[in-house]
Amino acid sequence: MILEALSYGFMQKALIAGIAVGLICSFMGTFLVLRRYSLFGDGIAHVAFGGISVGLFLGVFPLWTAFIVSIFGGIGLQKLRQSTKISGDAAVAVVLVSGLAVGVILVSSSGGFSVDLFSFLFGSILLISNEDTIMILAISSGIIATLVVLQKQFLHLTFNEEQAKLVGLRTTLLNYAFVILASITVVTSMRLVGILLISALIVIPNITAMMFGKGFKKTVCISMGISVISVIGGILLSYFLNLAPSGTIVVIAVGILVGTLVLKSTGLLQKVNIKNPSEITHNS
Amino acid sequence: MSVTNVLDVKDLTINYDNQPAVDNISFDVHQGDCLGIVGPNGAGKTTLFRAILGLQAFSGKIKLFGFEDSKYKSIIPLIGYVPQKVTFEPNFPATVYDVVSMGLISDKRIVQGAKLIQECGCCWNRIYQTIKKKDDKITQALHTVGLEFLRNRRIGELSGGELQRVFIAKALVKDPLLLILDEPVASVDVESQTKFYNVIKTINKENNITIIWSSHDLDAISKYANRVACMNKKLFFHGEKEKFFSDKELLKMYTESSMQMHMHNHDMH
Repeated sequence: MILEALSYGFMQKALIAGIAVGLICSFMGTFLVLRRYSLFGDGIAHVAFGGISVGLFLGVFPLWTAFIVSIFGGIGLQKLRQSTKISGDAAVAVVLVSGLAVGVILVSSSGGFSVDLFSFLFGSILLISNEDTIMILAISSGIIATLVVLQKQFLHLTFNEEQAKLVGLRTTLLNYAFVILASITVVTSMRLVGILLISALIVIPNITAMMFGKGFKKTVCISMGISVISVIGGILLSYFLNLAPSGTIVVIAVGILVGTLVLKSTGLLQKVNIKNPSEITHNS
Repeated sequence: MSVTNVLDVKDLTINYDNQPAVDNISFDVHQGDCLGIVGPNGAGKTTLFRAILGLQAFSGKIKLFGFEDSKYKSIIPLIGYVPQKVTFEPNFPATVYDVVSMGLISDKRIVQGAKLIQECGCCWNRIYQTIKKKDDKITQALHTVGLEFLRNRRIGELSGGELQRVFIAKALVKDPLLLILDEPVASVDVESQTKFYNVIKTINKENNITIIWSSHDLDAISKYANRVACMNKKLFFHGEKEKFFSDKELLKMYTESSMQMHMHNHDMH
């Protein structure tokens, strides 16, 4: 039955693109979650909604306008955070509603929602074309290659920005590179789970992986594994049970999170040292 | 060209809301010094360190090996700094090994900075430069601070004393010419304090690394520092430790101001 499903071209494309998106979301998500930017994906996806509306309004391919508007949104978010000392979550909220507001104005001006817009809101992984698949693969490869090259720098920046500056890292430049990369990741991934569920792929595999109590590289690998299992499982299950793939992918990821929590509470998972929610203060 | 001073601070003033946090202080640090800075809480010690590290705007002059401005900035990566507080996410997925390896990130900038300083005729034992493999460098640094056995432990699982030694190892792997430690033994148990002091004694004497270290522990300062600076916004004393500890008036003043500050903090709570 699975082989039959895999024989269809649309399933093959969905799985290839889905795995690529799962990998970039979980890798990028590790840094986003640790930097308390968990809702960055949501914020940028809503800005992308504005960008898509601009594209549909102007009659331009909406994904390109989404890329451009989202990158500017990411840079704006970083500037807002740095120059006004607004906290990360508040800055995300400002950018999120701004993007959404522009989108709503443009959509209403152009005469209401279209099918295209719905596919961006809720994902349309089973409908992607050959060109879309190639584009997702190419962008994902670029993002993973960049993250592999810059992972140590990003890790130090995430761990402690001031310390990163002192070892000679160009933190301002790295911060901009980070938000641009994260914005591209979000827009590329929107076709899979849609604007409304993008944060799930960024956040859930990572918080699950962090419960295993491993070092950075192993945590990234576990997170990628969970992401890929959720994507493959979600796409296949949605095919057999005729469900919405985006929702199924996210529900499986949540299921793995709940399962890990249960394993942990029963002591089967390696003991994880969860301290109180406030930051650890090293007073020595 | 030969430069004897690692650090020259001249007429340094730092204001917060028009109130001086550091008030017109001048001092120097010689190569191989272990300078203990004493002063009550709020005396401006951390602010002074942040100015030296280029993280704080100031008026006056700070020279590192005689360098100022852009050349100064290029050798900042050669300063090892262990802050009083390092905050990070409780479940941060980094092991001790990961954190120590962060010290080796900007290798190129460190090599460039080291060249610049060596042109001035300064030398310090760059023991890690002679070790080729990154892995061996980290092992050596963890050995120096006595934490090889915790190499794969997540940092959120360490005690305060262990964490503090991890950050020293992170500073050591890049062969710092100057190590700045901001109240490194606050909230650390006595056994860990002894281990810590032995580590800084080794790196100061054997590796010829200059150390600036702030502390409230006058016993430790008298035992391990060779020079002392006493400040409370202004600099009250700077010189050989024997001179400081033989000056009864100065000691009395330091003890009283510390006590006042302690009582003030106690009242606030």
